Amino acid sequence: MLINQNSPSFFTADEEFDELCFEFGLELDEITSEKDIISKEKGEEKAKGASDTILYKIDVPANRYDLLCLEGLVRGLQVFKERINLPRYEKIIPAQGEGQRLIITEETVQVRPHAVAAVLRNITFTKERYDSFIDLQEKLHQNICRRRALVAIGTHDLDTISGPFTFTAKAPSEIKFKPLNQSREYTASQIMDLYRTDSHLRHYLHLIENKPLYPVIYDSNGVVLSMPPIINGHHTKVSVNTRNVFIECTGTDITKAKIVLDIIVTMFSEYCEKPFSVEAVEVVYPNGKTHIYPELAYRKEKVKPELINKKIGISETPSSLAKLLTRMCLKSHVIGNGNNIEIEIPPTRADIIHACDIVEDAAIAYGYNNIQMTIPKTYTIANQLPLSKLTELLRLDLAAAGFTEALTFALCSQEDIADKLGMDVSATKAVRIANPKTAEFQVARTTLLPGLLKTIAANRKMPLPLKLFEISDIVVKDPNTDVGARNYRHFCAVYYNKSPGFEIIHGLLDRVMQLLEVPPNEENGYTIKATEGKEDRAAVYSRGCSGAQMFPYNPR
Amino acid sequence: MSPSVAELLLQRLEREAAGPGGGLCSLEAAAALGLDHQTLVGAVKSLQALGEVIEAEARAATRWELSPEGAEVLRDGSPEVRLFQSLPAEGLPQSDAMKLPGGSVGFSKAMANKWLRLEKGAPGGPRVLRAVAEVQDGVQQSLRRVQRGEAESLPERERAELKRRKLLLEVTLKSYWIRKGSAFSTAVSRQETELTPEMIATGSWRQLPFKPYNFSALGLPPACGHLHPLLKVRSQLRQIFLEMGFTEMPTDNFVESSFWNFDALFQPQQHPARDQHDTFFLQDPAEAPELPAGYTAKVKKVHSQGGYGSQGYKYEWRLEEARRNLLRTHTTSASARMLYRLARQEKFSPVKYFSIDRVFRNESLDATHLAEFHQVEGVVADRGLTLGHLMGILRQFFTKLGITQLRFKPAYNPYTEPSMEVFSYHEGLKKWVEVGNSGVFRPELLLPMGLPENVSVIAWGLSLERPTMIKYGINNIRELVGHRVNLQMVYDSPLCRLDA
Repeated sequence: MLINQNSPSFFTADEEFDELCFEFGLELDEITSEKDIISKEKGEEKAKGASDTILYKIDVPANRYDLLCLEGLVRGLQVFKERINLPRYEKIIPAQGEGQRLIITEETVQVRPHAVAAVLRNITFTKERYDSFIDLQEKLHQNICRRRALVAIGTHDLDTISGPFTFTAKAPSEIKFKPLNQSREYTASQIMDLYRTDSHLRHYLHLIENKPLYPVIYDSNGVVLSMPPIINGHHTKVSVNTRNVFIECTGTDITKAKIVLDIIVTMFSEYCEKPFSVEAVEVVYPNGKTHIYPELAYRKEKVKPELINKKIGISETPSSLAKLLTRMCLKSHVIGNGNNIEIEIPPTRADIIHACDIVEDAAIAYGYNNIQMTIPKTYTIANQLPLSKLTELLRLDLAAAGFTEALTFALCSQEDIADKLGMDVSATKAVRIANPKTAEFQVARTTLLPGLLKTIAANRKMPLPLKLFEISDIVVKDPNTDVGARNYRHFCAVYYNKSPGFEIIHGLLDRVMQLLEVPPNEENGYTIKATEGKEDRAAVYSRGCSGAQMFPYNPR
Repeated sequence: MSPSVAELLLQRLEREAAGPGGGLCSLEAAAALGLDHQTLVGAVKSLQALGEVIEAEARAATRWELSPEGAEVLRDGSPEVRLFQSLPAEGLPQSDAMKLPGGSVGFSKAMANKWLRLEKGAPGGPRVLRAVAEVQDGVQQSLRRVQRGEAESLPERERAELKRRKLLLEVTLKSYWIRKGSAFSTAVSRQETELTPEMIATGSWRQLPFKPYNFSALGLPPACGHLHPLLKVRSQLRQIFLEMGFTEMPTDNFVESSFWNFDALFQPQQHPARDQHDTFFLQDPAEAPELPAGYTAKVKKVHSQGGYGSQGYKYEWRLEEARRNLLRTHTTSASARMLYRLARQEKFSPVKYFSIDRVFRNESLDATHLAEFHQVEGVVADRGLTLGHLMGILRQFFTKLGITQLRFKPAYNPYTEPSMEVFSYHEGLKKWVEVGNSGVFRPELLLPMGLPENVSVIAWGLSLERPTMIKYGINNIRELVGHRVNLQMVYDSPLCRLDA
């Protein structure tokens, strides 16, 4: 997120702020300005005239949706520094028949079954607040909403429409409205064409494109509020002067839709005439049942102080632990003669799903770097995997034999393991990747040879000879394993010179066999036999099994 | 035996340069001794190698010489003069004039000198006629002066013109100014380079002079193989884990199911890491044939409904998604398999595990990111482990890596809580840099496996590439890993002593 320094701030020096971020689990990535950013990306020329107001680029933990906007971040840090008390978010339910209603029809089931809504009454936007409001929606869309697949947010000027609202789904040809910031009406099908080249919106078209019905929200007069998850109507556009905001979140995941709605209203109800109050909306389901949103649920958890102390490795009193948790926006107090702490989890903290999340917050408030480091008394005897042990020993002796160790990629192109080695790819039993970005990542290697040959090709400027080896894993399909594939540890060596030097590779093989205590004889050792039909190749047999191949590389 | 060139030179030096500061020019000495100059230079070098016998100062001088064409002009006259003189008084058609001695070169030079004139309108084509009565062969005269050793007296421009006409050559002559050295002697005694068994047997070594060793030159590099720097660091990290009592985990499956890679680690199915953009999914084998039945059901429940004190993620968990095969994105999948195996033991016993192996990410590549890298991972499972224990182990581990200044930042990982990023102060960059990630495994991960409730599992991970690049000063990861490796870098890389 970006913070504009002209916005409310309470830190005195950059270093102090950096320190605070670190302690709280944020990362102050960069201190920059719009001018700096443009000049870095597009050159100094383009940056002329851009704002040089200082911006703080901050990385927020991926599960802390409550820190995604300046309002929430400042609130969180102020509570952490005990400069303000935690606000209490209040749901106001209008008298019977006076509140807004959102009616969901059956047609939505196939395309986007869930919807929740809320109203922010008598809000006062400024340019900064309005920008932050829009920015938060975009961040939520990219983050928890999974690029609008799970949830899409629509915000509307309530004074331009009249409820009750209907969330339904219609054939694309039957939906017609003026989309946000457009000058005329389009049908839904035309809208899809209109945004096919839009750098931003084109990424969402696939979410409904092939559905027979598109989701759409109307007011009681047939005004289109939005066609989620693509675009809002222009009619209900929110501006800096908007006083009453209707917020709807539609989606395929009801849990996430509720979280998203809670986050938006808790963050921006601060600017309502009665701060931190949110007007509820009644959602009517196709089966006639109703539900009041936003949930704004406060959940109570009980955690034993000794559990918190034991998990962290500290010994704080119950009241001190409760104080620590309160600083993390988890209002807590000691109950049951100090045997328990009752913690109230606010609607902003959807990330708290287990006692371990509460323990972490206590640790953060205590300060990770204040925790006494200790060595656990866990007594164990170390063991190596036999295969790793052998690999480590063999590597040393191969280097002692004059060969240099290579380290090549486990992924490669199909051509590398098949065509280039004169093999058919179906014979390789190779594991194939479904979504490679380039041909270099089509398959997992089935042999180490291509990597070593490519290493030689990339090092032709080096003095000859090149003697290389690698001991590493290859992968083949194997229906007898639980995942259908397995690794094998392979050893491969190549000798590259102007003269073939077959005896050098042969000598290395003999040396390796000597190191492995396998004698050169047919009975209980190894033999080398020419491969039938390919007299320049040989297979190495050990105790009756073919285990290796040797051949001069055919330039073809 | 006739005296060697070196001896001849020394004798001459003794005779000719008796006075202090006197010396000989190697060119003059060669001429006087009737030797080829190169032969004499060879003798100078061999004498220099003996030590202080002589002093020789290298000099370079340029000299002008006639080229073979220049010698011809000196003998027969310049082409322009020869042509002028062969031209009959009545002139010749231009084509015939070109065939006269001196040819086209002579013609164009004579024309340029305005010695000739061309009558274009003459019957039978243009006709060449003399334009002056007499000419002087200035070129020949100049060459004669060069021949007499007076090249320096010619104007610079004239010399350049003759050089351009390839009649003169500028020759650089390297010579030596030779003086007696502090150990001057006319008798050359050959210095021995090696002590032989014969010298010892006969005792001759006592009298023989030995050539001093040249310590300023590099010795002969031994013929040897080399280990790869990244794998040298891997060996050291293995060593560190073994010193700390950690047992190696099997990691011999690059192919992993989404179940073990994500679901078992309580990573929800809509998590961004499970995107096509980040993970290599498999086309073949696309699905894992087998998931552990009872355990899978428990994982499904904890994701979709919660349990074990957890709210869960409350979404519809799909078996097909868990079956999808991928290339493991971390070795924590192998840790999950080991913990599951541990949970199935009849009686729990504390363990310390480690692994160092490849993982795969479908990321954009740059100077520090490749699609595959090595992950280093340590795991401890015991009753009553604390965050303080994790920090204590991390401090021990990183101290062995030579990293002593540590601090810990709260972080978010889907499968650990609490989570901590490990930062170390980088003296070069003058700032804190992230060196690893760590945390306490979530109960939602451990309890469905069947581990006892009071068992905590602490774990940490880091990449092998990053410390290797810092250790060996490598900026581009492609020079370190993969076939575009710089083999010279592999040959030259020092021992991996991490805490030295």
